[in-house]
Amino acid sequence: MADPVVRDAFYESYDRMREQLEAARPDALIVVGAEHFANFFMNNMPAFCVGMADHYEGPIEDPDWIGIKPTRVPGAPDLSRRLIENVMQDVDVAWAQEWKFDHGIIVPLNFLTPRYDLPVIPININCQEAPLTPLHRCWTFGRALRRACDAMDERIALVGTGGISHWPCTPDSGVINEEWDRDFLDKFINNRKDELLAYTDEEVYRDAGHGGFEIRTFITVAAATEGSTGDLMYYAPIPIFAVGCTVATMAVA
Amino acid sequence: MSLYNVQKLIYQLNRDPKVRQRFEADSESVIAEFEFTDEELGALRKPDIGLLYVLGVNGQLLMHYAALHGYEWNEYLEAMREGVRQHGKVRAGVYAMLES
Repeated sequence: MADPVVRDAFYESYDRMREQLEAARPDALIVVGAEHFANFFMNNMPAFCVGMADHYEGPIEDPDWIGIKPTRVPGAPDLSRRLIENVMQDVDVAWAQEWKFDHGIIVPLNFLTPRYDLPVIPININCQEAPLTPLHRCWTFGRALRRACDAMDERIALVGTGGISHWPCTPDSGVINEEWDRDFLDKFINNRKDELLAYTDEEVYRDAGHGGFEIRTFITVAAATEGSTGDLMYYAPIPIFAVGCTVATMAVA
Repeated sequence: MSLYNVQKLIYQLNRDPKVRQRFEADSESVIAEFEFTDEELGALRKPDIGLLYVLGVNGQLLMHYAALHGYEWNEYLEAMREGVRQHGKVRAGVYAMLES
């Protein structure tokens, strides 16, 4: 188990983020994540996919292991459709009316919307298998997503979820490159676009592992909040969770 | 090399309970639905988790195949390390990125 002191501080940061989310009174929550073959496989791997279902289910993992019982999460299909139509003016996204959540989405939801009463729109970016979604396309997508959200009447919250450096499910599982993580988070929090987009996949793999490919979710959020900076509420390496855990918010200019 | 087929078999076992039930009752009938090399067949049947890792199976899939065969988490990690000791570094897939 994780060190209780470290873990409790992490969970408390999640609580603060939940309070901020609730105070913003969103009508729906977009979660940009990177799933792990729960829905998408190499037979038909979308660079971007946006959920358009009435509801979603998760977790796909063993409920006792992950500590989250099987849950039905409400969707927002009409809003999804309008967002997709808008985003598609710039980026060719796939869409899906069936989607099961793995830990990448259900764990943040478990902390941020513990009653599962906020409609959710999941978005997946291929961070799993090469060819990976290019970083600059994540920027273009994040911008398009912001424009689409701004065009809606609804109040929409946006959360990006994923690891920074980590090597999950391989012999190096539990290794975390804290220095690399903190350097990345500095670029993210200060929204330094050119530096965020300068990483190559080879560099990321060498320094941050295949789990580091999930920086795409952070970069999408940075693009959606272009010109704004953020507040790093929590970061700590937690090896038993196989990743450095981050809680951060970005201002919306 | 039919890494795609190896990964597809494992993906279906993990995501489709009916495929998993058939596999548990008669694994050969499920294996016969795919084309594999002899090396892949041997690794799937044994199972040789370490060799499957070296062949390039993504860990997000491989861990499920190991769990299906009763591997505890640390046994799974050790099996991959043993695979690298016996068979050398990963040959294909996303973990071979720096060698490609």
